[in-house]
Amino acid sequence: MATTSQDDKKDTVDDSKRDFLLYSTYAVGSVGALAAAWPFIDSMNPSKDVLALASTELDLSSVEEGQSITAMWRGKPVFIRKRTADEIKLAKSIKLSELKDPQADSDRVQKDQWLVLVGICTHLGCIPSGQKGGDVKGDFNGWFCPCHGSHYDTSGRIRKGPAPKNLDVPPYRFTNETNIIIG
Amino acid sequence: MLKRNFIIFFTVATISGFFGNIVNAAGVAMKPGEYAWSTNGVFGSFDRKQLKRGWQVYTEVCAGCHSVRLIYYRNLAEIGFSSSEIKKIAASVEVPAGPNEDGETHKDDEPIMRPAKAFDKVISPYPNKIAARAANGGALPPDLSLMTKARINGPNYVHALLTGFKEAPSGLKLSDGMYYNPYYPGGQIAMAAPLSAEAVEYSDGTKATVEQMSKDVTAFLIWTAEPELEERKRLGIKVIFFLIIFTAMLYAVKRQIWSKLN
Amino acid sequence: MTKPVWKNPVVKWIDHRLPIFTFIDHSAIQHPTPRNLNYFWNFGSLLGFILVVMIASGIILSMNYTANASLAFDSVERIMRDVNYGWLIRYVHMNGASMFFIIVYLHIFRGLYYGSYKQPRELLWIIGILIFLTMMATAFLGYVLPWGQMSFWGATVITNLFSVIPFFGDTIVTWLWSGFSVDNPTLNKFFSLHYLLPFIIFGLVFIHLWALHTHGSNNPTGLDVKGDKDEIPFHPYYTVKDAFGLGFFLVIFLGFVFFAPNFFGEPDNYIEANPLVTPPHIVPEWYFLPYYAILRAVPDNFIDVWGWLPVIIPAKTAGVICMFASILLLAALPWLDTSKVRSANYRPTYFWLYWIFLINTIILGFVGAKPAEGAWLLIGRLATLYYFLHLLVLIPLVGRFEKTKPLPNSISSAVIPAGTTDEESVNA
Repeated sequence: MATTSQDDKKDTVDDSKRDFLLYSTYAVGSVGALAAAWPFIDSMNPSKDVLALASTELDLSSVEEGQSITAMWRGKPVFIRKRTADEIKLAKSIKLSELKDPQADSDRVQKDQWLVLVGICTHLGCIPSGQKGGDVKGDFNGWFCPCHGSHYDTSGRIRKGPAPKNLDVPPYRFTNETNIIIG
Repeated sequence: MLKRNFIIFFTVATISGFFGNIVNAAGVAMKPGEYAWSTNGVFGSFDRKQLKRGWQVYTEVCAGCHSVRLIYYRNLAEIGFSSSEIKKIAASVEVPAGPNEDGETHKDDEPIMRPAKAFDKVISPYPNKIAARAANGGALPPDLSLMTKARINGPNYVHALLTGFKEAPSGLKLSDGMYYNPYYPGGQIAMAAPLSAEAVEYSDGTKATVEQMSKDVTAFLIWTAEPELEERKRLGIKVIFFLIIFTAMLYAVKRQIWSKLN
Repeated sequence: MTKPVWKNPVVKWIDHRLPIFTFIDHSAIQHPTPRNLNYFWNFGSLLGFILVVMIASGIILSMNYTANASLAFDSVERIMRDVNYGWLIRYVHMNGASMFFIIVYLHIFRGLYYGSYKQPRELLWIIGILIFLTMMATAFLGYVLPWGQMSFWGATVITNLFSVIPFFGDTIVTWLWSGFSVDNPTLNKFFSLHYLLPFIIFGLVFIHLWALHTHGSNNPTGLDVKGDKDEIPFHPYYTVKDAFGLGFFLVIFLGFVFFAPNFFGEPDNYIEANPLVTPPHIVPEWYFLPYYAILRAVPDNFIDVWGWLPVIIPAKTAGVICMFASILLLAALPWLDTSKVRSANYRPTYFWLYWIFLINTIILGFVGAKPAEGAWLLIGRLATLYYFLHLLVLIPLVGRFEKTKPLPNSISSAVIPAGTTDEESVNA
């Protein structure tokens, strides 16, 4: 603040009661200004219609063993694979020390048969192939990202290529044997 | 001098009020009576039991012709339905499923349908406005979502209209397919009296008189038009209370600072 | 004014290179201001505040609004229903527009009463009128965006006004529409311009303030400042007074937002635009009503009635010209008003003319809301005539013949009569 003749004048009439009123008014005003900013900030949080679509419910009863389906969840593809016994065995047999991003298969699935993954390569965000029967599935029989050649195994873990991490597992829960809610 | 200006100002205000009354008096249709809606006033709020009854009247009576296209099934949570009830309500109707894996939207010339979900909009009775007109002798049943906001004195008007159907006065010759209602501008409306006693059966034991159903469905339409009403008024009381205190403090500070001048 | 000495090294460093702190100190802290300003001088800063609120809320709305004829209406309803606090921000923006005009009208009529437009503040006044015109354009464009019935038909009626321009009228209207009726391209364009114009207003406000600070504020006596005794620093005296005024204003403004948010609106605008059905009464927003009344006051048989006048223009054109003239004439007011005395407090005849003019303008507003027929049309015509009579005849004449009251020697001698301590009564 500038030193001016006016400030000097103010000092002469200084008085604690006066200051108390002034500073409490400042305090109340600041609280009001902060509160007024909140609606503007909150308006940029996800809106009700966006939140309403934030979870996806699916009926998996028609998915055959060895088959994969792709669902949309929060604008992203979600891979759901009903794994065969061989695939489960393969996923479980690997030693954790051999993995780039060590994680046990049992930490990545809720039911051995159902593998649920966010279908976005953790390298640079491409969609890996391997969902359809004829697709390239990579060296580990899971998924293969065509952009920079990342190979994922039957648990969606990164095994070879530039991707740093395993495919993400979204939050999900089964409401019964075949009904799943993602998100 | 300021005092004189204020006296003149109030005279002006009085004259303005006089002109305002002339403006109001010149209406064409009959003026609806005033009803004390639970949403009226600064402390107004929704009566959720009434809104649920109103939803029942809407679905069982109005929904045959009128849509509430701005309402989603998920919104019903705001009037007291549980999420499993909403799921059930939504699943009882079907909506177009959109293209399937083969890109088809129709099978055997029929659209492929799926049960509705909470995130779907409440289904409309007609696929489009032209179909709605065609099914109603050329008259378009308006969407009801904003009805109480889209008419002057909306809630009272809707209630008066729903309960105001009468025999046409002897002098008036009704056009074909028109009904007499003094609250409707021009008096002739293409909608027949929609409510009759016991048209719905309330599960909470309320007697379904025409008056009762009309009030309930109007209350429901106040909610569809202004779902934010309750939150708005509650927040408003806090904000105005805060501002009055803050302004009083500012006035005290102002007096203090200006007192230095003299 | 003393040159400030900055103690904070960062402030000092910046100020040496870009004297922004010195500028703020001079224009908002030390700025010498007449000591006798009453509450009618609160409206300037209040308008600045509203402009900021309108821009802030508008930017948030634009993040969720869709400028497409088939989606606009529903996107506004999505803001009202699904966006967090969307209803609050939209109602603030909607009612903020009405508040903007209420306060700007008070600001203008304050200037008219105290003669604030007179030498040396003519340019300040004219820039103010430019701001007002830009505001009107912005408000009109914004009202179209929700794409309700009034939006659509208001846009249709107002753009059609330009069809009266000789020879090029129809071409210009087509150009305004970017098509052959008000439709999607029009809506897109209006949205773009509605976003642009507030920033132009912002720039004009700076020029307005620059001009204001060149000669300082007028004051209730209308006298020029004659010495240090007449002035006080802007801060803390007027900052706290403005803050108090702002608090008072917010109670009223937010009272409408929370408890009567649609008070200033038209129910018809909650019906989606329909190019096939015109609402029974098309009414502009309340702040345009006086001009709308003037527009419709000119008789259809203008040439027959006023045949002796050397005008060969059709009625529609004459109405449009009168409407624009009613605002543009205000820009000539510094020269139309011949009186040397500024404040109406010392001009007994002008005092009454001022109030009659104010009432006349309000009457025009009521006429604008009514269908142009019968008694309303007659009242509208008389009020329109009086509007121009006031500006073109009465104001120039009264300055010449009026016997003004004796003026005080200086502002301070008017404000500090012996023994008075209450500044409220003094301000009057």
